[in-house]
Amino acid sequence: MLKVSNINVYYDIIYAVKDVSFEVNAGEIVSLIGANGAGKSTILKTLSGLLKSETGSISFLDNEIKNMLPNEIVKLGIVHVPEGRRIFANMTVKENLEVGGYVRSKKEVEEGIEDIFFRFPRLKERHRQLAGTLSGGEQQMLAIGRALMSKPTLLMFDEPSMGLAPLLIAQVFEIIKELNSLGTTILLVEQNAQMALSISNRGYVLENGKIVISDDSKSLLQNDIVKCAYLGS
Amino acid sequence: MHRFNWLLIFSQFINGLQLGSIYALISLGYSMVYGIIMLLNFAHGDIIMVGGYIALISILNRFGPFISVFFAISGCAVISVLIERLAYRPLRKASKTSLLITAIGVSIFLQNLAQLIFSANGRPFPASSILKNNKMRFGKINVNSVTIITILISIISMLLLVILVHKTKLGKAMRAVSEDLESGQLMGINIDKVISFTFILGSSLAGIASIMFCCQYPLVNPTMGYMIGMKAFIAAVLGGIGSIPGAVVGGFTIGFVEIFVSAIGFSAWIDVAVFAVLIIVLLIRPFGILGRRLTEKV
Ligand SMILES: Nc1ncnc2c1ncn2[C@@H]1O[C@H](COP(=O)(O)OP(=O)(O)OP(=O)(O)O)[C@@H](O)[C@H]1O
Ligand SMILES: [Mg+2]
Repeated sequence: MLKVSNINVYYDIIYAVKDVSFEVNAGEIVSLIGANGAGKSTILKTLSGLLKSETGSISFLDNEIKNMLPNEIVKLGIVHVPEGRRIFANMTVKENLEVGGYVRSKKEVEEGIEDIFFRFPRLKERHRQLAGTLSGGEQQMLAIGRALMSKPTLLMFDEPSMGLAPLLIAQVFEIIKELNSLGTTILLVEQNAQMALSISNRGYVLENGKIVISDDSKSLLQNDIVKCAYLGS
Repeated sequence: MHRFNWLLIFSQFINGLQLGSIYALISLGYSMVYGIIMLLNFAHGDIIMVGGYIALISILNRFGPFISVFFAISGCAVISVLIERLAYRPLRKASKTSLLITAIGVSIFLQNLAQLIFSANGRPFPASSILKNNKMRFGKINVNSVTIITILISIISMLLLVILVHKTKLGKAMRAVSEDLESGQLMGINIDKVISFTFILGSSLAGIASIMFCCQYPLVNPTMGYMIGMKAFIAAVLGGIGSIPGAVVGGFTIGFVEIFVSAIGFSAWIDVAVFAVLIIVLLIRPFGILGRRLTEKV
């Protein structure tokens, strides 16, 4: 479904992503794990068109998307839930969802909001509230709901567990699993490697901008290097 | 002891509203554009001059008042969209300083272009062909009809703006992008479209302000936009740049300060007073009256 080949991404003189290649197949959950500054967010931003790779190719459902604009990429079905949620704090919960459905028709947006409210009743109760006044967990629900509004085929999460209490983390991962079982392919970026690998099919380990290990998640959970560096055992 | 003259105070209050509403309409354009692309659009003031000349030329060519006003407003919108396309868009990834210097360049360009076409001399504006100025009496108070119409039209325009920004899809996209550009792009918002929309809104309001300014001070010249633009810019900063209600509050504040200072007999000190108010407000509230601390954007 998604095939990334040999991308290189720079921030001026900082070389952040080095010759990275990986794939995500339809229906999978794929994890990308790595320490702070490994280049995980940079990869997701490149996939969603916010950053550009001079080299290589990114193909999604037979489209070359490397040089496309972010809005064109969203229309093709790749949606990115950014690190730190980045909801629109001064807009209401409902307006956040409406903006999330920007590429959809008016009717689809209305139906989408109904679906989201059904899935997340908390958001329905608070639909007229400014999004900035929601709790951290509610904001994460909103960020997910907002991303679902454009009906993605590939949903990319950047550290969805960040800043959440353990109970909420479990809940977020439950939601991710459920979305996947309903047919959405997932690319999951996490520092919480244990959690990420426990719900994903395959994983890639990123170090200093390079992919150093790739395997199915079960094997990665047993891998000595991974255990030592990322699973804290 | 002086008798307290309520009538005088009331009529000065009305004058303050008139001037303030013109500033408010113009400062909205500064604020909205800043909110989206972080640009202090110094050419925005010169759009007032553009609107003035377009209205002048169309009246002289015997287009009626409605058509002339329509030409002026849409002319302002078209020209500022062109400026964005040709001058600012190619610099989207450049530094903010380059963008700012370009805006100053565009401002100088517009003034010189007008000078080339219309000469540096001011031309009388046929205000009465657009709005006949009748004296209206409310009890003991005399008010000019231009004053009342200016205030009403400004309020209606601002209400329409609020509706556009809160109820339409593009308006919501504009608010989203102004809050978080990257996050807005991740929602599939086409930022070029939103930026054009913002420039159209801002310059249409400036076009309306231009007509009303020219009806009150009926003289157009190539540099007329400079001082009004500067005042409206100060109003935007005073209110909190990037904030729509802030621009309105800032505009009215500057209008009232100017009228008050000249009413107490210090007309020569108007500009000093305006800057003094700006400095005092920014000392107390560094982000302006209704401004929010801008979160660091990466
Ligand atoms: N805007 C930027 N300007 C310059 N360098 C940047 C920028 N953003 C990231 N970097 C650098 O690029 C490298 C990769 O950063 P990235 O944000 O992709 O890491 P990450 O794996 O997402 O880390 P984290 O887990 O902390 O979110 C880091 O060395 C970082 O310092
Ligand atoms: Mg990151």
